[in-house]
Order: sequence, then structure tokens, then C-alpha cells
Amino acid sequence: MQLNFELNGQPVTLFVDGAMRALDLLRERCGITGPKEGCGSGECGACAIWIDGVTKLSCLMLAAQLQGRTVTTIEGLAKDEPHPLQQFFVKKGAVQCGYCTPGMIMTAAELLTHEKMPDREMIRNAISGNICRCTGYHKIVDAVEDAAEAMQGLKP
Amino acid sequence: MITLLPETLEDLWEIFHHQPDYKPMAGGTDLLVRMGVDKKQPPALVCLEKIHDLKTIKKTRDGIRIGSGVTLTELLKNDLIQENLPILHTAISTLGSPLIRNMGTLGGNICTASPAGDTLPALYLLGARVTLYSDRGNRILPLDEFIQGPGRTLLADKEILGSILIPPGDRFNVHHFEKVGQRKALAIAVVSLAALLKVHGGVVEEARLAWGSVGPTIVRSREAEKALEGRKLTLTTLNHAADLARSAVSPISDVRASADYRRRVAGNLLLRLAV
Repeated sequence: MQLNFELNGQPVTLFVDGAMRALDLLRERCGITGPKEGCGSGECGACAIWIDGVTKLSCLMLAAQLQGRTVTTIEGLAKDEPHPLQQFFVKKGAVQCGYCTPGMIMTAAELLTHEKMPDREMIRNAISGNICRCTGYHKIVDAVEDAAEAMQGLKP
Repeated sequence: MITLLPETLEDLWEIFHHQPDYKPMAGGTDLLVRMGVDKKQPPALVCLEKIHDLKTIKKTRDGIRIGSGVTLTELLKNDLIQENLPILHTAISTLGSPLIRNMGTLGGNICTASPAGDTLPALYLLGARVTLYSDRGNRILPLDEFIQGPGRTLLADKEILGSILIPPGDRFNVHHFEKVGQRKALAIAVVSLAALLKVHGGVVEEARLAWGSVGPTIVRSREAEKALEGRKLTLTTLNHAADLARSAVSPISDVRASADYRRRVAGNLLLRLAV
């Protein structure tokens, strides 16, 4: 089938098999390797992307479902410089192997679009569908908290 | 595999007419996982996500009508649900994870018909009815009739679950839902309990109780409900009702818990209602 969608601000037209997963389409056909395959069943969040600004799991979507949608991956999140979340993930040591990081940041970035100053409980709840096995969650929560403050001009 | 995304119900009926082997898909969070495990694909998949008629929440004279395609996140954010159906709101907040709730729908949770379906105990107590749509017209069924067993419903060929109606209920002043799982997020219920009570002057006037994950479908115990009615919510009363609940459930043993453990917890959860 012919598929038209917007990927990180660019229009994309591709011919795809209707059985292909959105995750495979992005990684194998579009060269977008930010979204990772972890569990492949919706439990780890490593494949999280935005569809029309809402975080979804690209391992549980068919490529066909991208038709007419606006798709944002970690590659499209940064504008002129890295997103504050990307900067504070580095600063706070919230990245080790980095496998969970793109999904974790997409989830956290959507939270920061609704909640300008989330408390730690809200951050923990928001990222409860994203699993990290090496840095642990403490530094990730610190990074999200600091990024939120920086975005409100409360932190350099 | 052919994947179609109709935008109107008329287009959907047209597809069903030409694609007898269709399989409808709502949020896909159960179906796509199962397809990955079984390595089996239906010849045609019809995604319902673009059909606007399935995506509204309305308050009418008959109650609150929820489109089957409304996502669980949309329900959590909706004022009508927060204000009028707190027990459903709590149940949804325990389902999956925020990412799963961004994709999964209420209709999908019902049609999957899992004994552990997190929205089901609350919907049973609220007297929910489902409206099934097809090009032959609509039909309405009580939810507890629609769900027949694990993964089994009365959904016919070329028919979809269109909306869920929650009739205006009596004013309950205790709305309780609790799910016991192996962790907080993304846990399948080992046992869950939904309770709606009308309590006046400390005495229970009416009780509705439903358990999840302790039988082939949701289990309601009229005996346990009766044991609370006309009495105060003391531990003695609740212990008696808990015994009746333990004999009403018929759990299985699986990787998550033994039948014996589930039976004990099903009763114990009632003790949380003590005041």
C-alpha cells in the first residue's frame, strides 16, 4: 500500500506491506534508529514515538496506521540544540547503555508538554511504561525534574 | 496482509461486504501482541481508529455513552468520567502503563474479554450495556451477557462493539477498586475487587461487589453482598462476607499465583472496606 505521513517535519511517501510494524518501517525503511526494539510487546517502552504529539509504542502499531499522521521520533525532538531533556540526561548520568533513552525521553517530553512542573511522583508515573536496566530510575527522575525547571527558566 | 483504515461506518460496512475474513482491530495492544506470539496473521485487518463515530463521550438521558474507540487516556482525562464514574476512573488508572493507555480503548478491553480485564469489574457493577453495530442495525446487550468466557463474546461476524452505555445509577457513596498485581505498572491482575456501596448512618443499604481474575469471567457474589446489607462495615461483618466470597470464586493456578492464594486474597480484599 502507498503510505503518506510526516516524519520529523518531512513528508514521506513509501510503498509498504500492510503487515509491517511501524517500528520496522522507521528503522529499516526510513533509517531512523532512535526507536529501539526491546520486548516487542508493549512492556518496555524502548520503541516509543509520538503520533500527532501523543506517545505510542511503535512495536504495537502497523505501518499502515501512520497514514496521514505526524510522526516524531527522538531524531526530530531537538531543534537548534539538544532538547533540555537530552542535555540533562547527559548532565545527570541518566544515560548508561542508552537503549531505553530515546523512548524514555519521548515519554518524558510528552509529560512536559502537559505538566510544566511535574513532581517526582508524576514523573515516575509517566515513565512507568519505560524500563531501564542500567542507570536505574533515580537519575532519570532527577534529569526530568531539572529539565522541567530549566524549561521554565528556573535553572541554567 | 491487507490493512484498511476506514473513516466512516459506511466505509466499514462496505469493507465487511467485500472482506469476509476481516478482523477488526481497536488499539491493537492485545491483538498485535497475540499475532506476534501465534505467528499467524488474518488475511485482512480493519483498524477502527479513524472512525469518528466511535470516539465520543456523551451524557444523555439514558446515561453516559462512551464510544468504543475512546482511548483509556482520553477517558482518564474526561470530566464526565472523573465526576460521575470514579470507580471506572480508578480501574483505568491501573490498566497497563501510560503508553498502553494512550493506545488501548475501552471497547478493546471489553472485546478481549479477559477475566483480568481491568475495566470489567467496575463496568459490571455500573450495569453497563453494550451497543453492537452492524449494517443490519444495532442491538443492545447487558455487558454480563455479552461476555461469555475468556476471550469469548456474543459479537457476530461483520459486527463491532460501537458504544458502551452506563445508565444513570443510584448514588453510591463508597467507590472502591483495588488490583493486586506483581508490580504497579503493566501488571496483569492476580485478583481485583470493585465495590460500590450505599452507606447511610454507618449502615450499608446496598452493596455491589465484583471480582476479576478469579473465574472465567467477572464474578459477582450476591451472598457476599447480602451479608453486608443492613450491617455496619466492621471487620466481623466483612470477615463473614469474605468467607462467602471465597466460596463464590473459582480461580485457576498459573505463573502469577496459585488458586489457593487467589481465593484467600479475593476475600481479604473486602476487609479494606472496614471503617
